[in-house]
Amino acid sequence: MRRLPEVLVIWVPLLLSAGHVVVFTAWTTWMSFTPSTLMPASGWVGLRNYTSVLATRNWKIAFDNLLLFGAGFVVLTTLVGLILAILLDQRIRGENVLRSIFLYPMAVSFVVTGTVWSWLLNPGIGIQKLMNDLGWTTFRFDWLIDRDMAIWTIVLAAIWQASGFAMALLLAGLRSVEGDLIKAAQIDGAGPARIYLRVILPALWPIVISVLVILLQFAIKTFDLVRALTGGGPGLATQLPALVVYDFMFQRGQIGRGSAAAVLMLLTLLGVLLPYAAWKYVQRRRAANA
Amino acid sequence: MREVPFTWTRGLVYIVVVLLAAAYLVPLVVVVLNSLRSAQEIAQTSMIGWPKTWAFGNYAEAWGSFCIAQTCTGIQPFMLNSMIITLPATVLSTLLGAVAGYAISLWRFRGDGWIFGLVTLGVFLPEQMRLIPWTIVLRDVGLSNTLAGLVMIHTIQGMSFTTLFCRNYYLSIPQELMKAARIDGAGFFRIFWRIVLPLSPPILIVTVIWQFTGIWNEFLYGVTLTTGTQQPITAALIALSAAIADAPQHGVQSAAVMVAALPTLLVYVFGGRYFVRGLTAGAVK
Amino acid sequence: MAALVIRDVNKRFGPVDVLQGINLEIGSGEFTVLVGPSGCGKSTLLNIIAGLEKQTSGSVEIDGRAVNDVPPRDRDIAMVFQSYALYPSMTVRQNITFGMECRNVPRAERDAAVARVSHLLQIEPLLNRKPGQLSGGQRQRVAMGRALVRDPKLFLFDEPLSNLDAKLRVEMRMEIKQLHQRIHSTMVYVTHDQIEAMTMATRIAVMHHGLVQQFADPETVYNRPANLFVARFMGAPPMNTLPARLVAAGSGVNAVVGTGDEQVVLPLPPEMAGFAGREVILGLRPECIAEERRRFGEDVEPLMVEAPVVMTEPTGAETVVLLVLGGERVLGRLSPDVRLRPGERGRFSLDMRRACLFDPKTETLIG
Ligand SMILES: Nc1ncnc2c1ncn2[C@@H]1O[C@H](COP(=O)(O)OP(=O)(O)OP(=O)(O)O)[C@@H](O)[C@H]1O
Ligand SMILES: [Mg+2]
Repeated sequence: MRRLPEVLVIWVPLLLSAGHVVVFTAWTTWMSFTPSTLMPASGWVGLRNYTSVLATRNWKIAFDNLLLFGAGFVVLTTLVGLILAILLDQRIRGENVLRSIFLYPMAVSFVVTGTVWSWLLNPGIGIQKLMNDLGWTTFRFDWLIDRDMAIWTIVLAAIWQASGFAMALLLAGLRSVEGDLIKAAQIDGAGPARIYLRVILPALWPIVISVLVILLQFAIKTFDLVRALTGGGPGLATQLPALVVYDFMFQRGQIGRGSAAAVLMLLTLLGVLLPYAAWKYVQRRRAANA
Repeated sequence: MREVPFTWTRGLVYIVVVLLAAAYLVPLVVVVLNSLRSAQEIAQTSMIGWPKTWAFGNYAEAWGSFCIAQTCTGIQPFMLNSMIITLPATVLSTLLGAVAGYAISLWRFRGDGWIFGLVTLGVFLPEQMRLIPWTIVLRDVGLSNTLAGLVMIHTIQGMSFTTLFCRNYYLSIPQELMKAARIDGAGFFRIFWRIVLPLSPPILIVTVIWQFTGIWNEFLYGVTLTTGTQQPITAALIALSAAIADAPQHGVQSAAVMVAALPTLLVYVFGGRYFVRGLTAGAVK
Repeated sequence: MAALVIRDVNKRFGPVDVLQGINLEIGSGEFTVLVGPSGCGKSTLLNIIAGLEKQTSGSVEIDGRAVNDVPPRDRDIAMVFQSYALYPSMTVRQNITFGMECRNVPRAERDAAVARVSHLLQIEPLLNRKPGQLSGGQRQRVAMGRALVRDPKLFLFDEPLSNLDAKLRVEMRMEIKQLHQRIHSTMVYVTHDQIEAMTMATRIAVMHHGLVQQFADPETVYNRPANLFVARFMGAPPMNTLPARLVAAGSGVNAVVGTGDEQVVLPLPPEMAGFAGREVILGLRPECIAEERRRFGEDVEPLMVEAPVVMTEPTGAETVVLLVLGGERVLGRLSPDVRLRPGERGRFSLDMRRACLFDPKTETLIG
């Protein structure tokens, strides 16, 4: 395999695809150590960008929000996805239609999701207005403009969007549990609830972990949804790291700090992915030895 | 499938599932209904309601004449932009990813592990790490603020995903098949074309759906790397909601949202079952 | 002329030495069977011959030409795999002609070749089906057809029958043997199956620990195994091996097995007299232990022993009996009408002419 067309079709794209990851990561990391502002600049400022990013209220709030949003979104989405998967696993009629209904939010962009949910959650025109118009005048549902609750609107919209995906993966997992295992449990006299709790769910662990990790890296990267739903507000109540990076880079013209914030994002991501990769590796080793 | 006798628990399952499905459909129903209501009607009541008069004109206005940031062409040119970006980038990234995945999984070569690790990393690397480099690269190759630039970015970045998925899928092709083909005298491309590609539809459907929706729905690059009439539909939608912030035009906006979401919704409606099937056929490992 | 020569071939996978100096010289038209325990490197050796895997060192010659750097397509070989490796998306016809397609053979020639092979293997009705629509036996035939259509210098088979049920396996075994007798091609055949090895091979290579333990015709491998490994590996049930002392007795020699009450004295053929005084491992095939009335030849004086029976295994055609001889457990093959019960003492007739002697230290055959 040393011929020209092969080189062109395999190596050039493969090297571009693998190479840009290395080069761009190094590049942005390098910029995070420079005094770049509107344009990338050379020079070395050490960790100054990092210390100043970490000191801003913006970043601190964004990071706290990420913890809250990440935990809420990941746990609840997995839970909802699991419930949906178990419900659909009951050999019900119309499974295909139902599955499509739960999955369709994944097809639309976060921009659309954010826009539509911003209407529904807006107390002036959404659900609250509807209830008030219907005569329940004391009904209040104003999380969107409530500093303490606004982050949960993001969680809500994100669950709506992603739970179908979690469901699809988990349903596949449920269906791949060995039939003999379930039969054995039935012969042992276990009822459906016990079979789920003691036989099927334990076998589902690896997929649950994969789902958790996929959702978590999703959460860390969340940008468009917030942009369209709350724009980060009210105030800084729904600020997330991805928005902070964008803010530094394109609104304030501080590329150095923006890059530092981006690197911090990457480190957060690696904090999730590396343990996961290690766990996968150990699992594979165990499987190979068994 | 065996008929399952009716029991109260099963009745409950049906009730819960139908209620949940209804809840998931609310946003879609709201958008569809609003897209057919006039702005005044929405303003007088709320975003949730049945149209009193059917305002089909919203769609025409959203599509062809609504003003977004001084240009009064509706979302039509932006839809076209998104098509011009999405179709070639989807096809290219899928094809290149399939070949790359094939090379990595079935033709071991020196350093394949490293390459594969980097490709996988590319799936997870946040866009924020690549924004400034892409800006500079686009400027240097003369593709700033062009659709071609976005096609290039989405092709190269998309390859991470398509390579990963195709590689995982191709691992299940038996090595003996490869050996038989080599003894028969087939080379790299012939094996790909005649043996591997005919086995690929399940995974290609997954990657095509994933890439199409991912690229169509992409926002960050669209909004930062293009301006004005070069923007994709997602960026235009945000610009639109900014444009009407003072004088809400929810009917037209809903129509625009609906149209913008339609291509990916259709892809899911028609390809969704293959997507789930392919995803479970070995893409998740 | 030798059709295939393998010289000092070594293969290492990471830290594991899978092959450690394989030497084989296979004549034109020979049917060589490679046998050995699972994981001993049979497939690896076959892959190296095919060029699918590169040896760490050593050389391979096909038809007098060194092919170490020749890719598989140019080695003029055909191979049949255990999983058959039929291309799932192609019809049977396309599967068979794919090799010719890759070599740009004209269509008319391809059609003629398909006609010839499908007639030979009687797969004409299947030609337009996909592999998924075939039974296991039919797939096996197609895989054979794909190899036969090429008329190569060398056929390689990697356990081609092991996925078939017992009956089909016997049929295909005979067919392959007939095929070889008809076309006289050189074949290298890997199998786990003792009977396949014995019935088909012109020569058997027994592999173990990355080495060829013995390379000889089936009769020799069976009757004169080169070492204890081959003795115990070939034959089902395997050869009995008992530690024995050789004691001179007049002009002959006796093997003494066991001590005290259990001691048994077995006279050996006179040509083994030279080993008197040595400690050896005595090898005796189970068919050399039979019921009392059995005679192993017209003029052979039978040797009678009495021994306790531990267990019997009637197989229909014969009954395998586990008995204790000189304190050692040994297997005998008895006529099925002899009914012995566990715990009884039976009388057995022994054929010592076919006894083998092995050195207890080196484990090699000495006599
Ligand atoms: N690609 C490889 N990488 C590492 N080790 C390998 C590889 N291929 C084979 N081996 C090892 O080499 C040894 C020989 O393998 P091989 O497949 O040749 O055995 P075999 O004799 O054909 O066994 P079987 O009878 O089970 O088919 C095994 O221990 C196997 O684990
Ligand atoms: Mg093998």
